[in-house]
Amino acid sequence: MAKIVIDPLTRIEGHLRIEAEISGGKITGAWSSGTMFRGIENILKGRDPRDAWVFTQRICGVCTTVHAICSVRAVEDALGIQVPPNARMIRNILEAIQYVQDHVIHFYHLHALDWVDIVSALDADPAKTSQLAQSISDWPKSSADYFKGIKERVAAFVKTGQLGPFANAYWGHPAYKLPPEANLMAVAHYLEALEWQREVIKAHAILGGKNPHLQTYLVGGMSCPVDPNSQAGLNADGIAFLKDLFKKAKEFVEQVYLPDVLAVAPFYLDWAGIGEGLGNFLSYGDFPLTDTRSSDDPGNLFLPRGVILSRDLSTVHPVDQKAVTEYVTHSWYSYEDDREAKHPWQGGTWPNYTGPKPPYEYLDTDKKYSWLKAPRYNDQAVEVGPLARMLVAYAAGHERVKYWVDTVLAKLGAGPEALFSTLGRTAARCIETVVIAEQLIPWTEELAANIGKGDLRIHEQKHWDPSTWPAEAEGWGWTEAPRGALGHWIRIKNGRIENYQCIVPTTWNGSPRDANGQPGAYEASLVGTELADPEKPLEILRTIHSFDPCIACAVHLVEPRGNKTKIFRVC
Amino acid sequence: MAKRGNFTSGLGGVEGGVLEALQRKGISRREFLKFCAIIGAALAVPVDQVGRIAEALASVRRPPVIWLEFQDCAGCTESFLRASRPAVAEIVLDLLSVDYHETIMAAAGKQAEEAKEATVKTGGHLVIVEGSIPTREGGIYCCIGGRTAVEILEEATRGAAAVIAVGSCAAFGGLASAEPNPTGAVGVRDLVHKVPVINLPGCPVNAVNITATVVHYLTYKSLPELDAWGRPLFAYGKRIHDNCERRAHFDAGQFVENWGDEGHRKGWCLYLMGCKGPETYSNCPTVRWNEGTNWPVGAGHGCVGCTQPGFWDSMTPFYRRLPTVPGFSVESTADDVGLGLAAVAAAGVAAHAAGSIIRRKTEKTEESKE
Repeated sequence: MAKIVIDPLTRIEGHLRIEAEISGGKITGAWSSGTMFRGIENILKGRDPRDAWVFTQRICGVCTTVHAICSVRAVEDALGIQVPPNARMIRNILEAIQYVQDHVIHFYHLHALDWVDIVSALDADPAKTSQLAQSISDWPKSSADYFKGIKERVAAFVKTGQLGPFANAYWGHPAYKLPPEANLMAVAHYLEALEWQREVIKAHAILGGKNPHLQTYLVGGMSCPVDPNSQAGLNADGIAFLKDLFKKAKEFVEQVYLPDVLAVAPFYLDWAGIGEGLGNFLSYGDFPLTDTRSSDDPGNLFLPRGVILSRDLSTVHPVDQKAVTEYVTHSWYSYEDDREAKHPWQGGTWPNYTGPKPPYEYLDTDKKYSWLKAPRYNDQAVEVGPLARMLVAYAAGHERVKYWVDTVLAKLGAGPEALFSTLGRTAARCIETVVIAEQLIPWTEELAANIGKGDLRIHEQKHWDPSTWPAEAEGWGWTEAPRGALGHWIRIKNGRIENYQCIVPTTWNGSPRDANGQPGAYEASLVGTELADPEKPLEILRTIHSFDPCIACAVHLVEPRGNKTKIFRVC
Repeated sequence: MAKRGNFTSGLGGVEGGVLEALQRKGISRREFLKFCAIIGAALAVPVDQVGRIAEALASVRRPPVIWLEFQDCAGCTESFLRASRPAVAEIVLDLLSVDYHETIMAAAGKQAEEAKEATVKTGGHLVIVEGSIPTREGGIYCCIGGRTAVEILEEATRGAAAVIAVGSCAAFGGLASAEPNPTGAVGVRDLVHKVPVINLPGCPVNAVNITATVVHYLTYKSLPELDAWGRPLFAYGKRIHDNCERRAHFDAGQFVENWGDEGHRKGWCLYLMGCKGPETYSNCPTVRWNEGTNWPVGAGHGCVGCTQPGFWDSMTPFYRRLPTVPGFSVESTADDVGLGLAAVAAAGVAAHAAGSIIRRKTEKTEESKE
């Protein structure tokens, strides 16, 4: 039995290593390892809880904004703060455009090259490419001349001999199935998406000063003033700017992204039966449409909260955050008892690297082998992300989700079972982008209408001063990051952070095995996959990329409850 | 048909330079010169030097770049993707040959590592580093391909023309190095001594500053002039406070006192809300972010000082008003104004005059603002 290693697994955020055991051309076992650790939660201890969002946002710059939202919600939950409607709406808008921009970047710049062979695009007939493009969409950039230009550009680029980020890839691999014309169209859209993402994310700058790493959140609200009669607040000009960007966002999603997914998928329908994984799904839900009272009572959420078990779409189970625990049995941390799982408020770990001394060839996967911990829900491994959200929403009868899921499945001639797969994850991400892109302008108009009523509040002032806080408080923050369920748990003591813990989407999906030997979602999804060429494991990239890994998010550190907090107050 | 066998990195026979590459894309010479003028403005070079930039770009081959990510969040990579002005994202792609970059490169695993090795072997490349480097316990807190970040950095910078440390983590250790620095995280300059290192701090780095640095390098065949922290003067030579659009309100004693109050809505000074502009050197107020759309102060939040070394410790708590620094004229003005108009307690101010680096460690009580 041979073991292959992919490290670094590129086109993701962070440092991920996959080791896979191959027998008879098939993967018989897989191990997912996060190989970088920073210790951000340890750094947070003893600091001002109002600062935490600035720190946690830096957990990830690809998923910028989401750790900020989650953090302020955790503190707000602990302190019983209800943010004003304008703040709730602005947060929804920021997160919604983050979904749309991030999902498109993922599809074109991180995932597409698993399906699209750039070299093959050089054999394309521009006229036929134009016919193909015009048969699937009204997107105006579709003339034969346009594709001829793209083709010449690619050819000239190749001729320089400096292939930069496209060098040494798996081009020509037998698992690439697209005709040259589809490849050329995809290359054109890869380049267009690069321009588009830069444009539409200006919405973050309008409301948050900059992107990545917006600077606009506050415990209790937002720091971007709203005032139709001021140059310095969000006024009619700002609203118009946002709506213009959102129009561009929606057009690209509906006229390029969705048609591309629908055009590419039929060539890879076998991937609707590959990469299934766990069959259990968790979503905390997000986009509160009513004013949220607490994290356990978030009001009406646009994307619902729920758990689906064993692929059973007839039942959506409620979510109880107390059922979330983490194991460190196979992670480079220590508990008093390494076989025990702990809830984030009770849990604790110290880094304890027991892996091989670098440079190393293989990890000892029977023992500890990752900086990711192993979160479990009711002791079960679950998958999070767009597929989980779309399944929960679909099963809960969400009107737009149901419409788009059914529409896409009908076009592909597949049933809902096709969703439980590598292709299903990629399709679900696209469906979600369409559903969220539809909301961008209505949500902006709703915000404008509320401002128009004379409501200029953006911040709940009452709890800003720490002297108003109880001596001790605990809360949890939640969000659905583009990559899935994200939770932050905080304990506050005497106005400072006593303990802080994040359980993030990629910790769920990329987790190592737990004490019971249950694999994480990546690990489970790879087993059974056939590899055409183990030297060029393109198939592994496809499934892992379908989850959209974010390893910087996934690795974190907490400290034991009850352990005396170190106070760094020496002069 | 493409030569598939030729798909390895390294310098090929490039005929023209950047201008030719752009013309192939339908970008006119006029647009190209406009871009050069913009870059020239960012670099603060005299107008008559713009021609020299154009000349340099039109003749230069794309220098190979190895972009290393260590203890990072990929925020600087994302920022790089937002490179501003028309078509600059593409210009940057054509300006450089990014032979290794984990987040964007097509190759994975050993094929990715081989691409990097080929470039290093040739030498003369640029290394861009994003993220800090953990040094504790033999470097096991960041391994790629089974090797430590320390080892990878050492190898990749051998024979390099220069290293650009993008973002505050690579420049100064950044977030991971904040107290208590669990992994012994350091910046590039702590480890690389034989190759010039340019620091482009910021959290993240502003893409404009990456582009301008690279263009400077290509144009003048030299590195830009740096300050004591290794930062190019063209981007980090001036204090935010001195170029802030809200400065007039500071001078007039008009301060935001509560989030969303009248002063906040009118765009008054954020000094009392903790703005770190008076201690921070960066071109944020002038080049702004996302193609000049906005910047943090413009969106109503104080500067957090992210271009300064150790800002996670020295600038926190973020919402605490900066102390006065005796002898520093602007701050003393702030106090005079503050005492008169905003009733800042003199005792509270004095308690914070001890210097910023150890502020978080020294403070036990909230600053009294009232």
